[in-house]
Amino acid sequence: MTHGSGAHRTVAVEGLSRVEGEGSLRVEVRDGVVHDVALSIFEPPRFFEALLEGRQASEAPDITARICGICPVAYQMSACAAVEDACGVTVDQRITALRRLLYCGEWIQSHALHIYLLHAPDFLGCADAVELAERDRPSVERGLALKRTGNLIMETVGGRAIHPVNVRVGGFYRAPTVAEVGVLVEPLRRALDAAVATVAWVGGFDFPDVEGDYRFVALRSPGRYPIESGRVASSDGLDTSPAGFADMVIEEHVARSTALHARIEGRLDYLTGPLARYALNSSELPDPARQAAEDAGLGMICTNPFRSIVVRAVELVFACHEALRLIAAYEPPDPPAAFVPPRADVGTGATEAPRGLLFHRYELDENGLIRTARIVPPTSQNQITIESDLRRVAQASLELPDDELGWRCEQAVRNHDPCISCAAHFLDVTVARR
Amino acid sequence: MTDTRPTLAVWKFASCDGCQLSLLDCEDELLAITGAVRIAHFTEMSRAHVEGPYDVSLVEGSITTEADAERIREVRRSSRRLITIGACATAGGIQALRNFAEDGAYASTVYPHPEFVSSLDTSTPISGHVAVDLELQGCPIDRRQLLEVIAAELVGRRPVIPGYTVCQQCKGRGTVCLLVSKGTACLGPVTRAGCGALCPSIGRGCYGCFGPSEGANPEALAGRLLSEGMAPVDASRLFATFYVGNPVFGNQATALAAAETGLAEQEEQST
Ligand code: SF4
Ligand code: SF4
Repeated sequence: MTHGSGAHRTVAVEGLSRVEGEGSLRVEVRDGVVHDVALSIFEPPRFFEALLEGRQASEAPDITARICGICPVAYQMSACAAVEDACGVTVDQRITALRRLLYCGEWIQSHALHIYLLHAPDFLGCADAVELAERDRPSVERGLALKRTGNLIMETVGGRAIHPVNVRVGGFYRAPTVAEVGVLVEPLRRALDAAVATVAWVGGFDFPDVEGDYRFVALRSPGRYPIESGRVASSDGLDTSPAGFADMVIEEHVARSTALHARIEGRLDYLTGPLARYALNSSELPDPARQAAEDAGLGMICTNPFRSIVVRAVELVFACHEALRLIAAYEPPDPPAAFVPPRADVGTGATEAPRGLLFHRYELDENGLIRTARIVPPTSQNQITIESDLRRVAQASLELPDDELGWRCEQAVRNHDPCISCAAHFLDVTVARR
Repeated sequence: MTDTRPTLAVWKFASCDGCQLSLLDCEDELLAITGAVRIAHFTEMSRAHVEGPYDVSLVEGSITTEADAERIREVRRSSRRLITIGACATAGGIQALRNFAEDGAYASTVYPHPEFVSSLDTSTPISGHVAVDLELQGCPIDRRQLLEVIAAELVGRRPVIPGYTVCQQCKGRGTVCLLVSKGTACLGPVTRAGCGALCPSIGRGCYGCFGPSEGANPEALAGRLLSEGMAPVDASRLFATFYVGNPVFGNQATALAAAETGLAEQEEQST
């Protein structure tokens, strides 16, 4: 895994584990200084933007869902928002609320997966959650129960947990009844308690002392923590519409890595995801989430990437609380979907996937066919920042023996929960798998 | 004490991770499964890696690069039983749409520098490269069917997986036929059961995400859709999604696309 000695050494982790998708990392140290870092991804590209050309806009939610099995709702919601924007349709408030509820299910499912099965084992020195369960079965069971509740919301509102079938441009095929969503209340109350316990649990882990210097980018919508809509804001004062943001972001295809790296023009790299959402919106969190954050010692902003697990847990509290609130106020939208007549125009949709900002942009023709598509997932926006983190963390951890340094670097990547499947269109496919 | 549990490996090729996530989605059974089998390789879940050979390998994803074509041969060599899971692995997945595009057109749409990208012009199922012992269908696969497959493997019996249609599952759950009652386009008559006929139960036509059923007759269904007034190009798209790489759906999509072109030419001649 690692080789070299003394001042010169190379740490290489082939086959990064506990991330969604396939990647590897490499850190090169020369004269006691981190010389080069690279997060490589050998996931083969699946060319979604290309295969969307000539398809009906109404197919975009189901096709783009297949970019990622962990966050299909994020793809469906950004696709719907983009198509509705192009066609000049604003949906009914009740449809928005139901979308938000479905999205809460995905946040709960995805965050519980990441916290318990992918991330926590690092802090407790376990290879995986199975080993963790041998030591602390109740904690793993609590995580699985939380994940189950997220999936239950997705099944109730979306029809199934992976690639939900009930979402369409304009809204839903069928609105669940009040009684059907009411069934979620009991499991969600238990999940809310479990989420609060999760914050306390992960808040007690040992965190390496590393602070990042991030340019945060997240959605912001007055009066609520952002999920399915909002304007795009940044920690250095940006405030723009999703369409305006899409215009600013450039993706570069770099020969060194053959990866498309997203940057804001003129402002270099940025970070999206829980740390960014929290930094820009923590004042909007409801009391139980605020309280849990405070008890775990989180301020209004968190810049230690290792503590992202605590922020994710706070968002878990928020998502359970928000789902309960939405259910209490639930009125089935009737009709369940707005009519979306085709129009030749360009539309942009941006939503907060569990891993961060996800935007889609479609150019449609007058028959509702997609002329061009652009999809920018969180991982491709975070790639440059993850590499800077890797450099920072490696530099701060050089005293560790090779094996531990390798593991620490893996963690530096997992801190941002990269979804490599999502980023498939920007990936380096020439890296040999060894 | 030596570990006598059978070993399970999970492999990923070009895919969305959704099918392997189905395994982690067995929340209530996950710890029981990991008690009965030893997870020897599953990068999404564990840093630990046990060298092969493996008793059972679950394979997700399609083959889209030379390197992956080589890697699947290695996986086959190290696996006693190899089971493919999902549309990507069994048919090439949605990314098999590239098989119908002009050479290299896809890479140049996505990448400013297509010359940096080494990817094959096709997305092919695992069975096009190595022998496969069992195929489990779906985009994504159904969690209960996956549990049935694992349980059957553990005792060496054949899993009970239906080959009949979504239509029959609709009848079973008493859903009124959408095609008959509303003329809604539905692939239920030619799609494999497994999801429990989810879409029709919410008033949506089946879009075929479990692939063709055994002995499916897509031509008859296509005729029916056209007689309901659907344009051939729209019917073609309906067959050209997650199972376009399966010839039963893929050929029907191609035939319908050709019918559309024929129509357009006729129109041109008559004007
Ligand atoms: S078959 Fe569908 S759900 Fe499974 S990996 Fe492929 S795209 Fe994902
Ligand atoms: S598309 Fe068909 S097979 Fe897929 S979930 Fe819907 S009804 Fe089931």
